[in-house]
Amino acid sequence: MQIDLRTVSIKPVRQTFDHIARRFGDKPASRYQEGTYDLQQTDIFHYRPLWEPEHRLFDQQRTQVVMKDWYALKDPRQYYYGSYTIARARQQDAAEANFDMVEERGLADTIPATFRQIALALLVPLRHVEWGGNMNNSFISAYGYGTAITQPCLYHAMDHLGIAQYLTRLGLVLEGPAALDTAKDAWMGDPRWQEMRRLVEDVLVTQDWFELFVAQNLVLEGLSYPLFFDHLDNEFSTNGATAISMMTRFMAEWYAESSKWVDAQIKVAAAESAENRGLISSWVQHYRERVGKALAPLAEVAFGERATAVLGDVTADFNSRCAKLGLAI
Amino acid sequence: MSTVFIAFQANEESRPIVEAVLADNPHAVLHESPAMVKIDAEGKLVIKRESIEERLGRDFDLQELQINLITISGHLDEDDDEFTLAWKN
Amino acid sequence: MDMQATKKKVGLKEKYAHMTRGLGWETTYQPMNKVFPYAEFEGIKIHDWDKWEDPFRLTMDAYWKYQAEKERKLYAVLDAFAQNNGHLGVTDARYINALKLFLTGISPLEYVAHRGFAAAGRNFPGVGPRVACLMQSLDEVRHAQTQIHALSNYNKHYNGFHDFKHMIERVWYLSVPKSFFDDAFSAGPFEWMIAIGFSFEYVLTNLLFVPFMSGAAYNGDMGTVTVGFSAQSDEARHMTLGLECIKFMLEQDPDNLPIVQKWIDKWAWRGTRVLTLVGMMMDYMLPKRVMSWKEAWEIYFEQNGGALFNDLARYGIKVPECLSQTAIDKEHISHQAWATFYQYGGASDFHTWMPTDEEMDWLSAKYPNTFDKYYRARFTHWRDEAEKGKRFYNGTLPMLCQVCQIPMLFTEPSDPTQICYRESEYQGEKYHTCSDGCKHIFDDEPEKYIQAWLPVHQIYQGNCFNEGVDPTAPGFDPLAEVLKWYHVEHGRDNLDFEGSEDQKNFAAWRGLATKNV
Repeated sequence: MQIDLRTVSIKPVRQTFDHIARRFGDKPASRYQEGTYDLQQTDIFHYRPLWEPEHRLFDQQRTQVVMKDWYALKDPRQYYYGSYTIARARQQDAAEANFDMVEERGLADTIPATFRQIALALLVPLRHVEWGGNMNNSFISAYGYGTAITQPCLYHAMDHLGIAQYLTRLGLVLEGPAALDTAKDAWMGDPRWQEMRRLVEDVLVTQDWFELFVAQNLVLEGLSYPLFFDHLDNEFSTNGATAISMMTRFMAEWYAESSKWVDAQIKVAAAESAENRGLISSWVQHYRERVGKALAPLAEVAFGERATAVLGDVTADFNSRCAKLGLAI
Repeated sequence: MSTVFIAFQANEESRPIVEAVLADNPHAVLHESPAMVKIDAEGKLVIKRESIEERLGRDFDLQELQINLITISGHLDEDDDEFTLAWKN
Repeated sequence: MDMQATKKKVGLKEKYAHMTRGLGWETTYQPMNKVFPYAEFEGIKIHDWDKWEDPFRLTMDAYWKYQAEKERKLYAVLDAFAQNNGHLGVTDARYINALKLFLTGISPLEYVAHRGFAAAGRNFPGVGPRVACLMQSLDEVRHAQTQIHALSNYNKHYNGFHDFKHMIERVWYLSVPKSFFDDAFSAGPFEWMIAIGFSFEYVLTNLLFVPFMSGAAYNGDMGTVTVGFSAQSDEARHMTLGLECIKFMLEQDPDNLPIVQKWIDKWAWRGTRVLTLVGMMMDYMLPKRVMSWKEAWEIYFEQNGGALFNDLARYGIKVPECLSQTAIDKEHISHQAWATFYQYGGASDFHTWMPTDEEMDWLSAKYPNTFDKYYRARFTHWRDEAEKGKRFYNGTLPMLCQVCQIPMLFTEPSDPTQICYRESEYQGEKYHTCSDGCKHIFDDEPEKYIQAWLPVHQIYQGNCFNEGVDPTAPGFDPLAEVLKWYHVEHGRDNLDFEGSEDQKNFAAWRGLATKNV
């Protein structure tokens, strides 16, 4: 007689792996937990890296920030590869539909010339800033400590690549490949972009990975995304340039989601010790000034004489965000 | 001449793809094993978007091959219409 | 469908170039060699990164779309497998021990591959290879996680899986795969690409995944098969990256040839040594066998690798010297390895056993030149002794090779009855290796390999006991204390399969499932 295996009740010998049970007790664990906690090796390494013999392959000394347990930095989204790709696939589906709509209905032709110019002058060169964001986050994913933070940094790096590619498509839709060349020239030579490029290049050679996290993910993104994908986006949609908003919706949604993750990292790291809090706060102050300086000429392109006021609003919001995270800035 | 190969998970989605590959590459040889189908071919193997579309009755993007692909051997060249594996010697 | 006249679409190649190449720039506020500090120290000369050809042209939106689809399918299978107690559908509980070896020995390496490719994806000055490396880094975290998730259900029901993270850093034979990846990651980005991108992914990964996963299918483990084949679909991209990378280095400058050749030789040998574990798994640990290790080696290494080396010959690449020895070794290594694990079955986190008569007949048929001549008598003897209640456990510790870290179990290429030892001297100390291949690697970079954390040496130095343990105390049992330090539960994780808790539970649960009691 055949009996369905499903009906058999078997008592498991254990509920999860020991390293998970040591943290959370022997109870059923989530896929995020089993796919994240303690995955990085910590104790025994065979060879010193040829490229950095003063450190071990994975080493807590690559940042000045000190944590008793780096796995305190968990991802509130609980992304593991499967949940991450499935979430992004859903978003890319919507983005694809928006691009299709813009292209099929020729909506780009309905964009008023002024705003079309603003989009070409600002959003297309931004793809290079995004590429810097990709490089910085891949650096953290490689040399950071503990899967809890190195894993989402790779996701963040790939998101930046995705966004750089959406901005590329936006340029292609608005003006074809020439838009990309013009934007590249502006990025390399236009005085309005040079503070930004200098900042991006300076961050690229920063060696402390947590400083990099603060500079890139908290400060640069925390000031530029609201400026470009919220304030400027409002300008687009209230002035008949909704087609541009459609093509950048992914970025707005993405920032709302990913900034919560960034906040969770900063909050926990700053709460760990007065030293961490002081260090992170001083990084924020330093980069806030530099990002502000880099954004000023770009804000002027976007908002003209209102630029200072808009940038002031963005900075005020950013400051209150940082205060909520426990930083002294 | 060396052999190139490509293998797919044996399932419903792969079936029309495998049919198309065999039809377009008469020199190819099919090997079926549990859960996997492997196609060997001397020198070169070409997978054509159009042939797959004919069998599927819908548009097909060659990058969809990735979903059920298991492995390949040979140099790969891919464009919108063809996915080619070959040894250059 | 398309009622509108189809607009001229930008083709795949052109689109991809805009989406990747176009993003990078020559930095001027910071020098390029500070932005990419690791691009030159290995001596590889690259003149024009734009000559890099991208074989798979995936943009992120397509990556998310297709990978998410794979993940949805995969997790649907895993959920169903867990809900249906799929583990009771496998041929025989001995099979599950192969999975233990997989989770403890391979999944943690997938994780290191993820970190290493993130580094490569940051360090190359060319945009094309960087993007490809980053996608591979992302795939590798997928592989680590999907394997862990698939085997999580086995861990709930069987022993030996429970502390894989702790074990990979400590247990004696797990230092074999671990040191392989540590070796690659501690090298520069170009050597990493040859080690992992080319040698491991292109030349060897088919040997790991295809026969092993077909084996899982033969043995009724559809959960693992799905994970394995789904992972392997990413490998197709990884293999083309490895191959492209090697071609690129060779095309860029003739001075790169000797460096690349040296790395190919080194990593082909390092890789074949690690695969000894896979050979043993295929020939001894799968109750229902797909093909022998020797057959898999011939198809996936000799034929496929042969085609590859024929192809690379136009650049001046020669077939690695070690291949002449692997042609001899393929007849022996799986038997030699299993004999070793059988003897040291007290010190591992999986069960071992001697093959049945029927299984030995299969081995004779598959290895007509060697099995009956060199191994059958020993195995039959051990089995007879076990049946008499005298299961043989070796209580001594074996000497390990300074490079591959496998116990000295391999025999001389010219004499399968003689254990092969090689010796080198460095700074007045003697170092032992298992073969000409490993000795060659040691002699080329002794300053690296003398750092190796050799598990047996470490035990003798007293570094493998829990804190507070006193090795001078009366009645001190070193093996028991080492097992505690490994987190291997004596009597549950280790020893013979016969009489194990796994064996009893599987039989009892399967009884529940198939009988009306």
